[in-house]
Amino acid sequence: MTPAARRWVFLAGAAGFAAFLLWGLTGLPGFGGYPGPYGDIINRVAVAQTNATGVVSAINFEYRGFDTVGEEFILFTAAIGVATVLRHLRGERERAARDGAMDRDAPPVSEAVRLVSLVLVGPVFLVGWYLASHAQTSPSGGFQGGVVLATGFVLIYLAGEFLVFKRISPVDITDAVGAVGAGGFAAVGVTALAMGLPYLFNFLPLGSAPGAVSSSGTIALISFFVGIEVAAAFVLIVSELLEQTLLVRQERP
Amino acid sequence: MQFFPFAVMAWILAVGLYGIVTSRHLVHQIVCLIVVQSSTYVLLLGVGYRRGAAAPYFYDIPVHTPAVDPVVQALALTDVVVEAAVTALLLAFAIQAQKRFGTLDPQELVQFKG
Repeated sequence: MTPAARRWVFLAGAAGFAAFLLWGLTGLPGFGGYPGPYGDIINRVAVAQTNATGVVSAINFEYRGFDTVGEEFILFTAAIGVATVLRHLRGERERAARDGAMDRDAPPVSEAVRLVSLVLVGPVFLVGWYLASHAQTSPSGGFQGGVVLATGFVLIYLAGEFLVFKRISPVDITDAVGAVGAGGFAAVGVTALAMGLPYLFNFLPLGSAPGAVSSSGTIALISFFVGIEVAAAFVLIVSELLEQTLLVRQERP
Repeated sequence: MQFFPFAVMAWILAVGLYGIVTSRHLVHQIVCLIVVQSSTYVLLLGVGYRRGAAAPYFYDIPVHTPAVDPVVQALALTDVVVEAAVTALLLAFAIQAQKRFGTLDPQELVQFKG
């Protein structure tokens, strides 16, 4: 099919789709007037039941915890998938990447970028740690905190060299940390089973008052495990992709 | 304009789909897929919004304050995670396509088999 024909087929389909969509949209409850009962019910009971003031985290790591196990393993599997797709194939060997423009030198990393990256590394790790450990009180959680922690590693790469990045995040250790995070979440559920409770039941003491960092039992624990798993998964994905640009793998001639 | 935010969602979806259909580069196509998925964030958060309500965090507001729906916000979080996972995998496949076939144009790639 030629590109022009493809475009016309798409536009015809899109016109029909738009008509159905507009028809459906006019039947929705108006914006800002959502009558859904579930959110209201959870908003009313979550704080008393879990001692977590962040209801979104309470849903993710408690009411919908079983779903979130699957979600965490999606990311885990994707990181493994990236590593598998980009593995060394037979007949491939590594060589240092050459600059495509041969008539000039590759520009060195600018001092300004290095300085800003170095200055940001500490605060970024702090924010990531804060986010991963405060799911129960404020808008944060393991997923957000884990991504910010991984950003800290990328800043180290920006400030230095790829080899430094590899030295501080070797694949073996990243893999192991990711496995501990993913397995820790599942282990919390299995521990509840071993105690004769339902899977992922919140078996830890809920703490004295809502809003305290030590409150909410397994919600804080699971969020912490998710945080290290997400950080490890993203560091693994980023380092796999960076390795492709910095060490080009060539078919043997 | 009671459903204007939902129309925004539909527009983001349509623009992303158009990009996927007419794309001439796999990385551009992956970015278009991200645009398509972004429309679901707008839809989810738009559906759960309630006029004049607070965020569902009862740290410094009383528990019975009207708040927006936290369920769809939790779903949006899942959405973001899945998008990150899918994007990473697709980019890895794009790298392999470039290595194997020497092109990233989807319309040339369909000529290759295996």
